[in-house]
Amino acid sequence: MTAPALVDFDEVVERFDPMLGLEVHVELNTNTKMFCGCPTTFGAEPNTQVCPTCLGLPGSLPVVNRTAVESAIRIGLALNCEIAPWGRFARKNYFYPDMPKNFQTSQYDEPIAVNGYLDVLLDDGTTVRVEIERAHMEEDTGKSLHVGGATGRIHGAEYSLLDYNRAGVPLIEIVTKMIPGTRERAPEVARAYVTALRDLLRALGVSDVRMDQGSMRCDVNLSLSPRDSGILGTRSETKNVNSLRSVERAVRYEMTRQAGVLLAGEPVVQETRHFEEAGGSTRAGRRKETAEDYRYFPEPDLVPIAPPAEWVEELRGTLPEPPWERRRRLQAEWSLTDEELRDLVNAGALDLIEATVAAGAPAGEARSWWVAYLAQQANSRGVELAGLEITPAQVARVIALVASGSLNNKLARQVVDGVLAGEGSPDDVVAARGLAVVSDEGALVAAVDEALAAQPDVAEKIRGGKVQAAGAIVGAVMKATKGQADAKRVRELIIERVGA
Amino acid sequence: MSAELTRLTAAELAEKIHTREVSAVEVAQAHLDRVAAVDGEVHAFLHVATDAALASAAMVDEGLAAGTAPASPLAGVPLALKDVFTTLDMPTTAGSKILEGWRPPYDATVTSRLRSAGITILGKTNMDEFAMGSSTEYSAYGVTRNPWDTSRVPGGSGGGSAAALASFQAPLAIGTDTGGSIRQPAAFTGTVGVKPTYGGVSRYGLIACASSLDQGGPCARTVLDAALLHEVIGGYDPLDSTSIDERVPSVVEAARLGTSGDLSGLRVGVVRELGGEGYQAGVRASYEEALRQLEKLGAELVEVSCPHFEYGLAAYYLILPSEVSSNLARFDAMRYGLRVDKGASAEEVMAATREAGFGPEVKRRIMLGTYALSSGYYDAYYGQAQKVRTLISRDFAAAFGQADVLVSPATPTTAFPIGDKVDDPLAMYLNDLATIPTNLAGTAALSVPSGLADGLPVGLQVMAPALGEAVMYRVAAAYEAARQAEDGGPLINRVPSLPGGVA
Repeated sequence: MTAPALVDFDEVVERFDPMLGLEVHVELNTNTKMFCGCPTTFGAEPNTQVCPTCLGLPGSLPVVNRTAVESAIRIGLALNCEIAPWGRFARKNYFYPDMPKNFQTSQYDEPIAVNGYLDVLLDDGTTVRVEIERAHMEEDTGKSLHVGGATGRIHGAEYSLLDYNRAGVPLIEIVTKMIPGTRERAPEVARAYVTALRDLLRALGVSDVRMDQGSMRCDVNLSLSPRDSGILGTRSETKNVNSLRSVERAVRYEMTRQAGVLLAGEPVVQETRHFEEAGGSTRAGRRKETAEDYRYFPEPDLVPIAPPAEWVEELRGTLPEPPWERRRRLQAEWSLTDEELRDLVNAGALDLIEATVAAGAPAGEARSWWVAYLAQQANSRGVELAGLEITPAQVARVIALVASGSLNNKLARQVVDGVLAGEGSPDDVVAARGLAVVSDEGALVAAVDEALAAQPDVAEKIRGGKVQAAGAIVGAVMKATKGQADAKRVRELIIERVGA
Repeated sequence: MSAELTRLTAAELAEKIHTREVSAVEVAQAHLDRVAAVDGEVHAFLHVATDAALASAAMVDEGLAAGTAPASPLAGVPLALKDVFTTLDMPTTAGSKILEGWRPPYDATVTSRLRSAGITILGKTNMDEFAMGSSTEYSAYGVTRNPWDTSRVPGGSGGGSAAALASFQAPLAIGTDTGGSIRQPAAFTGTVGVKPTYGGVSRYGLIACASSLDQGGPCARTVLDAALLHEVIGGYDPLDSTSIDERVPSVVEAARLGTSGDLSGLRVGVVRELGGEGYQAGVRASYEEALRQLEKLGAELVEVSCPHFEYGLAAYYLILPSEVSSNLARFDAMRYGLRVDKGASAEEVMAATREAGFGPEVKRRIMLGTYALSSGYYDAYYGQAQKVRTLISRDFAAAFGQADVLVSPATPTTAFPIGDKVDDPLAMYLNDLATIPTNLAGTAALSVPSGLADGLPVGLQVMAPALGEAVMYRVAAAYEAARQAEDGGPLINRVPSLPGGVA
């Protein structure tokens, strides 16, 4: 049986209302795991960050990580949630080799935070309020590596390797209520929400929020209702959506796929689907029609979490300026139009620019570096701006070198290229590549004189008042100095020499 | 000399060792010799750690020779450890094939406290698989025999620990009590067994049966010895979230106070619902006599009613299997223990391993629990059982408003013949009728010998409120002293000789 054809997106929107829900898993950046003292460092040798508890050895017991609870409460507060005064962990029972105890300890029906919202800025400057159903704590599983199959999936694999370093890393799952009325903007709203959430979590300092490393993972729940019918459709749950762009694409794809299924007169199957990065499509995973019975019950090895009200209030006092308020402040400080601000936000450049400014760069210069040259570099490398191997402090240093006249813009870009290539700090690159403007005035004067002598007609024009003609001489001098001259100074020297 | 050493109490041995009248090594060797002589018949031990025991005892002797104070009042005294606590230097099986040969990479908190106290761990004792059973017949490694009559069971699940005490292979032992697994074997073997308040002894490294019910505790031949051991293993452990962050009750002092024999001013609650119908006639007679003795000691007897106790067994057999079904999910052949490499997928290997590795009682309870927690049944079974649990706690609270301790027979019958109930789970479950309410409520209780019925030991159960162990030990010690005065010596001295032993 072949799947029905996809439906054109505009037609989907004309005939259906998308109902969108998002579940985001965030790995907290605590030093130790949720229920034991093992470190949580990403990328360590397999099975080196384990102990009896996170390996689920017989007799071992969990102890709740206080910092994780603190982070969970701060996240809940930042999402305008109510913080539960009392709640138990539950066991979610199912067998899977990468889950050491064959149950996951999770706050199932007694989440620490409920009923909040997040205001999300869209491209056109409007704000959508996304309601948060709950945020709850749980532990991550280990990782399976399936070897020998063509796809890296368990199907067809010869054997599997298990790494339990991640087992027991604290996770917060943040679940939205159904987001109604998004219509054609559903993909954009989904992306904007995850972006806003990421910015908020980053501002809170509770997670690395690296989607590429899995410290932030998104599941997209989507169903379609016949337009304006109010009838709830059957939803699919798309997992493995590992970038902001993918969130948008996954929603769009599911809308066009489900519309195709419905228009072909078939029912949408309630199932888990997996997002395929390459084609921007989703494929069917586990069927949910025989819903798995997780046999939840309260975790008897832990006592309830009962954060005292004073502690919650103390934590409220540690919340950073909310990103949307900060945006308004920066817009005023940097004199940005709404459109400029939105571009910066969309490019994920706000934090980077602010950090660059904090490192001493003027706001205008910082902004232009991040949205122009660095944005191009990120784009050509296929990474997010924040994923570039250059720090805001390094960008600020480059800007300072330009301001002091040690570099011109062209050289500055070469220095940035060097830093991105892993050649070290801007000063290392300047030294190693010999990238400093020719500041030897005598050498510059000689080069200018030589160029003027080579093009006497141009020299004559300048002398006659056609100052813009100097460009040709500037070009010749820059060529002669292999670009390592300060173009502004060269221009001054040309006027000086011609007029002399 | 060697035989005499094994007849002494832990307190007497400790005194001889600490005054250097005998060495800890001599004491350890005497007990190891006794194990070699009689355990072929009793089968109390699954593992005997001869070298480690002698090395540990030698360290105690060295310390004493150097003039260092003993690490604890029990330093140098031998002990038998139930094979459900993890031990770095010994295998740990929980009585199951699925853990055959497993060497834990860590010590349980109880184990490490015993080691720091200088106690000589002789080895690991037999038990019903994962502590599920009342006879040790469900051990994957063979039944333990009751030293009073080797055709009978020693009780369970901690039958190995109790039989080791009753056959003078060790003066001290550790058990775990989920529904009576310390108290019922104590009653069946004429020894003392204590289930502390839930959270009183760390569960870290105790292989879980049912997490909300399990509690490690001391076993001994006298109330004072149990108290001495209680203070060694008890107390807060940051590795166990359910551990109580309070000082261990002063049970040694209470036990010593009890031997003065005066219980005047104390109110002893006689639980109306325990000890009547369904209890063996000899058990009832022994209980009646115990009540008279308590009265003679000056205690005031008050009848109390605990109307919800009758639902305890039913609630217990929903809560326990539910927790078991989850706790035992980890035995899946992926990381440790048995692996049956049958089938092409991880799921098939898991299933084949669990099929081969678990015994019938464990499978029965996993199935019961899986069912009870299923969606659609949860409220009717697990949820309802939790409500019963609350009602039982309220019964206790009301009763402890009228009495300082409660008493009942520890078990409905004396030790039964091997094979008698192994095919009748319900008959087996009834053994724990009187002990289960305490586990459901998280309170404390013990069993102390109350004489013989038809030549077999009977136990008196003394129950106390949470953290009320002191008064419980005091009552038990007073009763023990009075009983011995009347009998002309400890009951345990009347245990018959075993074929391999001179005693």
